[in-house]
Amino acid sequence: MTLATFIQHFLNSLTLGSLYALIAIGYTMVYGILRLINFAHSEIFMLGAYFVFWGITLFHLPWAAAMVVSIISVAGIGILVDRVAYRPLRDAPRISALISAIGVSFFLQNVAIVFFQAIPRQVYRPQWLEQPMLWGDVRVLPLTLFVPLLSFCLMMVLVYIVYHTKAGLGMRAISKDIETSYLMGVPVNKVIALTFGIGSALAAASGIMWALRYPQLQPIMGAIPGFKAFIAAVVGGIGSIQGAVIGGLLLGFIEIMTVAFFPDLAGYRDAFAFILLICVLLIKPTGIMGVKTEDKV
Amino acid sequence: MLKISDLHVYYGGIHALKGISLDVPTGQIVTLIGANGAGKSSTLRAISGLIKNKKGTIVYNDRDITTLDPVEIVKSGIVMSPEGRRIFPHLSVTENLYLGAFSRSDKDGIERDKEWVFDLFPRMRERQNQKGGTLSGGEQQMLAVARALMSAPDVVMLDEPSLGLAPLLVRDVFEIIKVINAQGKTVVLVEQNAFAALKVAHHAYVLETGVIVLQGTGEELLNDERVIQAYLGG
Repeated sequence: MTLATFIQHFLNSLTLGSLYALIAIGYTMVYGILRLINFAHSEIFMLGAYFVFWGITLFHLPWAAAMVVSIISVAGIGILVDRVAYRPLRDAPRISALISAIGVSFFLQNVAIVFFQAIPRQVYRPQWLEQPMLWGDVRVLPLTLFVPLLSFCLMMVLVYIVYHTKAGLGMRAISKDIETSYLMGVPVNKVIALTFGIGSALAAASGIMWALRYPQLQPIMGAIPGFKAFIAAVVGGIGSIQGAVIGGLLLGFIEIMTVAFFPDLAGYRDAFAFILLICVLLIKPTGIMGVKTEDKV
Repeated sequence: MLKISDLHVYYGGIHALKGISLDVPTGQIVTLIGANGAGKSSTLRAISGLIKNKKGTIVYNDRDITTLDPVEIVKSGIVMSPEGRRIFPHLSVTENLYLGAFSRSDKDGIERDKEWVFDLFPRMRERQNQKGGTLSGGEQQMLAVARALMSAPDVVMLDEPSLGLAPLLVRDVFEIIKVINAQGKTVVLVEQNAFAALKVAHHAYVLETGVIVLQGTGEELLNDERVIQAYLGG
């Protein structure tokens, strides 16, 4: 393998990895606070992609504007899902909220099938993302720079919110002890709603960029990336934002590099990815960044 | 004045508080003593809004606060420091303090109060950048009290602040309670350490299985035969 092709594979890995990471962050944040696996998260991802499609075809918005509108409205839907399907079950056994999450996932998928129809759609992609640039021997798609860069910026915003704002302090407190946070005057439900909003916005951004890379929309398009991102979050150490990013990137690199180095085994790339991830978990069951925490009583 | 009338609390089928009434006059230290399960913590949890399943009325400065949620209770000037300290181990001492001030938005006032609690607890100033979890048990208790004070409360409710501390530290805790009371805070104190609690309290109530069985000034109860027999190891 030449250096040039390696750089291309590297950028592809980074692109795929950051898309997984953005989704994984949403899983990990919600789990960190509510100990809930938000199965509807992959549908949130799907909605992000569809809303851009709608914004452009129905409302004739410019691409960038459609993207912003999509992210904001999907954040709103994420908050609504929490309000309607999870908040009433806050004091119920954890399994009830989990079942509710599976229900929301099916519901959103079927709503998407009704409204968007099951036929795959082509999505508009700005030309400038498709024009390969030549750096010496290296052929670079602007898309493979755009996706990691935008993802990185979004993650920096997230880090700022979580570690340098009052709302972020509330999130970090709630993730350890909801009741005491409440006693200290933290408006718990508002902070949880914000968490869903942020996680959903990131998933929407990921869905939008996913559609740039694989430009075909389907109502079930969220299932596989969502599933893989969930695994990435677990491998990274669920509950840890850094872990979600590391897990996502790791998964992206394993997937792309397996194919790059062993092209004959391309069909087995998911198998390789998961074998490696299982190995990580066997060595460190709490995930790469995970710390052992006692289960809440 | 915090006035509780005929308060009942239910946990599922269990009737934990069976109609208790008590008064907490402004500026005083009022203590609730009694055995495990007598309903002391339930009383505080009901006042602070954590327990929704309750009957009776809680009136604070002529305002009915019975149905307010914990955030509104904190805003109304009543704060509770829970049993077991429950500081946030993964947050720094300063972050723990800011968390106590979460319901406030007066930045200057928050900074002023931070300096004030640092003066009250010099150890907190020394350790302000350390994670809460790295503090010793006594320091964690100080942090829990300091954190509660950061909400600028008028009434501070402390649930078992001396629990699990070495005797020397227990003495410190009760000293601090006297100091914050002297600085104008009304204190509601729930304690297993009946002797120490009665010594600092202006007024005291004895709870048994969800009912108030005895009340009086701290001094009266310290000398009461029944209290000595049951709680002071007489």
